[in-house]
Amino acid sequence: MDYAIRREVADRLARLELPFNRDGIDPYGIDRTHLGLFFNLLGWFQKRYFRFEATGMDNIPASGRGMLVGNHSGGYAIDAGMVIAACFFHKDPPRLAQGMAEKFINALPFASLWTNKAGQFTGLPEHAERLLEAERLLMVFPEGAHGTAKLFHERHSLVKFGTGFVRLALKTKTPIVPFGFVGAGEALPTVMNLYKLGRLVGMPYIPVTPYLLPLPLPATLRVHFGEPMHFEGTGTEDDSVIHEMVERVRLRIAAIMEETRKVSAGEPQ
Amino acid sequence: MKVLITGASGKIGRLVAARLAGDGHEVLGLDRRPWTEAPEGCRVIQTDIRKRAAEDLFRTERPEAVIHMATVAQSKMGNEERSRINLGGTRAIFEYSERYGVKQTIFVGRHTYYGAAADSPLYHTEDEPPMALDRFPELADLVAADLYAGSALWRFPGIATSVLRICYTLGPAAQGTLASYLGSKRVPMVLGFDPLFQFLHELDVARAIELALEKQLRGVFNVAGPPPLPLSIVIQEAGRTPVPVPERVLRAIVGRFGMPSLAPGARDHIKYPIVIDAGAFRRATGFEHKFDEYETLRQFRAANPV
Repeated sequence: MDYAIRREVADRLARLELPFNRDGIDPYGIDRTHLGLFFNLLGWFQKRYFRFEATGMDNIPASGRGMLVGNHSGGYAIDAGMVIAACFFHKDPPRLAQGMAEKFINALPFASLWTNKAGQFTGLPEHAERLLEAERLLMVFPEGAHGTAKLFHERHSLVKFGTGFVRLALKTKTPIVPFGFVGAGEALPTVMNLYKLGRLVGMPYIPVTPYLLPLPLPATLRVHFGEPMHFEGTGTEDDSVIHEMVERVRLRIAAIMEETRKVSAGEPQ
Repeated sequence: MKVLITGASGKIGRLVAARLAGDGHEVLGLDRRPWTEAPEGCRVIQTDIRKRAAEDLFRTERPEAVIHMATVAQSKMGNEERSRINLGGTRAIFEYSERYGVKQTIFVGRHTYYGAAADSPLYHTEDEPPMALDRFPELADLVAADLYAGSALWRFPGIATSVLRICYTLGPAAQGTLASYLGSKRVPMVLGFDPLFQFLHELDVARAIELALEKQLRGVFNVAGPPPLPLSIVIQEAGRTPVPVPERVLRAIVGRFGMPSLAPGARDHIKYPIVIDAGAFRRATGFEHKFDEYETLRQFRAANPV
């Protein structure tokens, strides 16, 4: 299937610092061929379908552990896909951002196979810690599925953040790179979520758009990565200490989102 | 050293016995099955662990070390019988070891202890509890035996106890769960899933067990060697044909049309990976595998054509 992978994607794949074996498989089961097809698709969406802009790429460490932390919106993880694409197409050398997927995904046929072979593992503390110790780039959405479940009018808000990511960053001494993502709410304008139907097919919910199908519109998407935040500690601090750190990250992300929205609003549509 | 090996007539048991005998140990085998051509330095006593004759063997022979390999994975023997062998047998071995002054006991367990589920992590460490037991009750007595063996660490501090959770074994002997799964020409997979499989060459397994003995290892250890491979590649490199079928269809066809049979709980083991972190064992013993994953598959394929 290698012939189906576009030249640019293949060149960038070759520069990824993953320890692939002779079949192009890394010790976590990431598969180079699947990554290639995955990036073919993401690249098409990013370059041809959406209008996409990524700034602040230099704030992402060029090598070694790092944790990209940002906001969710827009029905399902379009933002996650585009952040992964940004780290691959807009960064030199390219890096593979590894997300922490919702647990239900790994129980679904094909979704399980593709997420795992593309390095998007189930969001477990064990996975996160192991990947950081292996000097990989982690992508975290502390809002979780509540973040993607935001309706259209809620798209610029932030819901409650989980706190595990800060404890993990402290424990593994990982810099947090905050990012704000704007436009996913426009790409997938959710008017309601069907929770009961979702549960029937093994998903938390199914987003419904004004045009019914949960397909993305060719919207303008922007992401900005802010300067890395370093916290001192061990990860065993009291909740009050951790909450204060989480709040700082949250405010930083909210500020980046606001800035990025202004950029979008200032442009002629 | 005088070493008693339970389950010595099994294929891995024979490799361990031959290896120890070759290195000058006095080996006593205990097995219900015969081993007629046991090498020099190996004596095989044909009896059941839970019979009086087994205890007599401990009393009269006074082995210094015991390697307990007489456990069985899922099989057609029925839950009660399997539980009697796995849990009853393990209990008897530790009681006899304590009663008759054995200095070291090695429980040879399996990495399937950890279970396979959608939300289980890659690279299990020894401190993790088993998962998804409710989905695979046929595994419960092996998990119980593993935990029971581990309890010997505090109940019998005089015995150096090691519990080895060894990944799948593969090689020319074609022994074990993975080998029987790869037994036919066509090997079923669950459509839309391709989990990682971790396996070790049978000679490396024997070497790892001998190292645990030599180092008088104490504690619970995962044992593995080369990095895992996706099941689809394992099947192809083994010279078989992967047949991905939807899970519902798989339920209907296993055990027919030349497909191997599969316990209902075992389906999760071909959907989700069980991958272990064997770093602690390597650091404690200096173990290094001699056969990489591709060489192991090549040897399995050469010795077991279809």
